[in-house]
Amino acid sequence: MLGYRLQKRDEPWNWGAPFIVVGALVLSLGASALLLELQGKSAVEGLLVLWQGSFGASWALEDALLKSIPIFLCALGVATAFRMQVWNIGAEGQFALGAIGATWAALNFPDLPGYLLMPLMFIMAAIFGGFWAYIPAILRLKLKVNEIISTLMLNYIAILLLEYLVFGVWKDPKSFGFPITPEFTSNAIIGQIGTSRLHWGFAVCVAAGIGMWAFMRYTRLGFEIKVAGEGERVSMYSRLPYGMLTILVMAVSGGLAGWAGCIETSAVVNRLQPSIMVGYGYTAIVVAWLARLHPLYIAISAYLLAALRVGVENLQLELQVPAAFGSIMEGLILMSVLAGQMLVTYKITRKK
Amino acid sequence: MLESFIVPLLAATVQSGTPILYATLGEILTEKGGVLNLGVEGMMSMAAFVAFFVSYTTGNPWLGFVCGGLAGSMMAMLHGFVCITCLGNQVVSGLALTILGVGLCHFLGTPYIGMSAAGFHKFSIPFISSIPYIGKIFFRQDTLVYVSYFIPLLLMLFINRTSMGLAITAVGEKPAAAAAAGLKAVRLRWMALLGGGFLIGLGGAYLSLAYTHLWANGLAGGRGWIAVALVIFAFWRPGRAVFGAYLFGGVMAFQLRLQAIGTHIPSSLLLMLPYALTILVLVFSAVRGRGGNSPAHLGINIEPEG
Repeated sequence: MLGYRLQKRDEPWNWGAPFIVVGALVLSLGASALLLELQGKSAVEGLLVLWQGSFGASWALEDALLKSIPIFLCALGVATAFRMQVWNIGAEGQFALGAIGATWAALNFPDLPGYLLMPLMFIMAAIFGGFWAYIPAILRLKLKVNEIISTLMLNYIAILLLEYLVFGVWKDPKSFGFPITPEFTSNAIIGQIGTSRLHWGFAVCVAAGIGMWAFMRYTRLGFEIKVAGEGERVSMYSRLPYGMLTILVMAVSGGLAGWAGCIETSAVVNRLQPSIMVGYGYTAIVVAWLARLHPLYIAISAYLLAALRVGVENLQLELQVPAAFGSIMEGLILMSVLAGQMLVTYKITRKK
Repeated sequence: MLESFIVPLLAATVQSGTPILYATLGEILTEKGGVLNLGVEGMMSMAAFVAFFVSYTTGNPWLGFVCGGLAGSMMAMLHGFVCITCLGNQVVSGLALTILGVGLCHFLGTPYIGMSAAGFHKFSIPFISSIPYIGKIFFRQDTLVYVSYFIPLLLMLFINRTSMGLAITAVGEKPAAAAAAGLKAVRLRWMALLGGGFLIGLGGAYLSLAYTHLWANGLAGGRGWIAVALVIFAFWRPGRAVFGAYLFGGVMAFQLRLQAIGTHIPSSLLLMLPYALTILVLVFSAVRGRGGNSPAHLGINIEPEG
C-alpha cells in the first residue's frame, strides 16, 4: 500500500528506542492539544498549565513524587508478570485488596505498637493482594482460563468489595453517613521522612525496586522467570517448573500492588475510603510497557506519568478540563509507543 | 409471579442483553480474522457518546445509530494501524484503546450529562406480540432489538457460507497458507477488524439510544469486557453468542430488579454478580474443554515478507 513497505533491519535499532518514546510523547501531546483546541480551549495555554502543574513548581514536583509511589509499586508488579507473558491486568483490584488487608490489621489491632502493627499491615496487604492475583493464576494453570479477563473482572469485584466494607461493616459510626472507616491510630500511620511531605512509603519503593532488580539479575529464580518468558514450550524443554513460576510472578505482582494499597491508605488518607481507587493500577500497565519492564525505567516513567496526573489536576483546576484528559493522554502515549516500536526491528523502504 | 415478575424480567433480559450481543458478535468477527481486540470497552464507550451526540444534534436516532457503528470502526482503525500496519502487541494496544476510549467518552461527554437525545422506544409488533409469554418477551421491544435478532443469523451465514467469510476464517487460522492460496491476508484481516468494530460500535450506540435515553458517563460499565469473555464462551460461534448475551442480560436485569424491590442484600454485592458470572462462564467454557476452537493465529501479527 502507498508504495512503502517494511523491511527487517539487519541489526535491531536499539539506541533508537529513547527517540521513539520521545517522539511518541510529542505526538500524543500534539494530539491532546488539538483536542483542547476543538473543545474551545487554548491549546498553548493548556500545555503551559499542564507543564506548570507537572514540573513548574516545587509543590508539583513533590506531588508527583508522592503519586509515583503507588504507581511504581503496581508497575513493578505488573512488569514482573508481563516478563513471563502472564497478562496481569489486575493491579487495580490487587491494590484494593491490599488496602483492605492493611485496614483489617489497623482496625483490629489499633493498640499494637507501631513496630509490630506496621509489619503486620504490610504482611496482610501482601497476602490479600497476592491472593487476589493467585486466583487468576491458578485458574489459568488448571483450566487455561484467560487471565486478562479474569484479572479484569476481579478488579470490578475488588472495588465493589471495598465499597461494601466501607458502606457497611467498617463504616465509621461518627462519619455522618460518609463511606469511610474510622481514622487509623497513629501506630498504623506511615510517618513523614523528616520534615518533608514525603513519607516512608518512598523508602519501601526504593527497596522494592532495588530488590526486584537484584532478584531478576542475580538469582537463579529470576533467570528462570526470564527464560519462562520465552513461552511455556521453551520452559518445558528447559525443565522449568512453569506452573510454579506463574504462580510466583502473579503472587509477587499482587503483593506489590497490595503494598501500594497499604501505603496509600496508611500514609496518604489514614483510613480506608473508596476515593483511593483512582486507576493507579491501569496507569501501571502503561508505565510498565513504556519502561520495557526494566525497574530503573519503571521508576522514571512512573514519575513522568505521576507528573502528568498532577499536571492534569492543575488543568482541571485552572481551565476546567475534565480529569479524563489524563487517560486520553495515557492511551495515546501507549498506542504511539507501540506503533513506533516497529522502527526498532524494521525500516520503511520504498516499494520497487 | 409468572406474569408479574418472570415475564417482565425476561423482557428486560432481552433488552439488556442486546448491547452485549452486538458487541460479542463484533468481537467474534474480529477474532475470526485473527485480531485480538481488547479495546471493546473503549470502543463501546466512544460509540455510545458519538451516537448520543449525533442524535442529539440532528434529532435523527438512526443517523446516531449508524454513526455509533462508524465510531466503532474508527477506533478499530487505530488498533489496526498499531497492530496490523506497525506490528505492535495486540494485547497492549487493545488495553490502550480501552484507556483512550473510556477517557475520550468521559472527556467529551461530561458537558452533556443528564441531557437526552432522540432515541428508540418500545413498540409492539402486531399479532405476534400477542402470543402468550413469547410475544411479551420478544416482540414488545425497540427497533434495535428487532434488528439484533437478524444479525447472528446473517453473521453465521457470512462466516460459513460466503467465500469472503471463509477467507477471513482462513486468515485467522493460518495467514501464511491463506496468502499462499492467493488471498489478500492483510486486507481480509483489516475487513474483519473494521466490520467487527462497526458491530461493536452498534452495541455502544444501543446503550445511549435505547437502553437509557439520558447521557451518563460510564455507560459501558464493563459490558465490553463481558463481550470479550463471551466470545470464548460462544466458541467463536454467533449462535451461541445469543445465549451468552441473554444470560448476562438476565443477570443484569435480575440484579436491578432485586435492588428496586429493596432486598437486604447490599447493592455492592448484587453489582458483583455479572463480573463474578463472567469468571464462572470462563471456567465453565474451560471445563467443557472447547477453548481449542480459538482461531489458531489469534493475537499473532502477520509479518511482512522480505
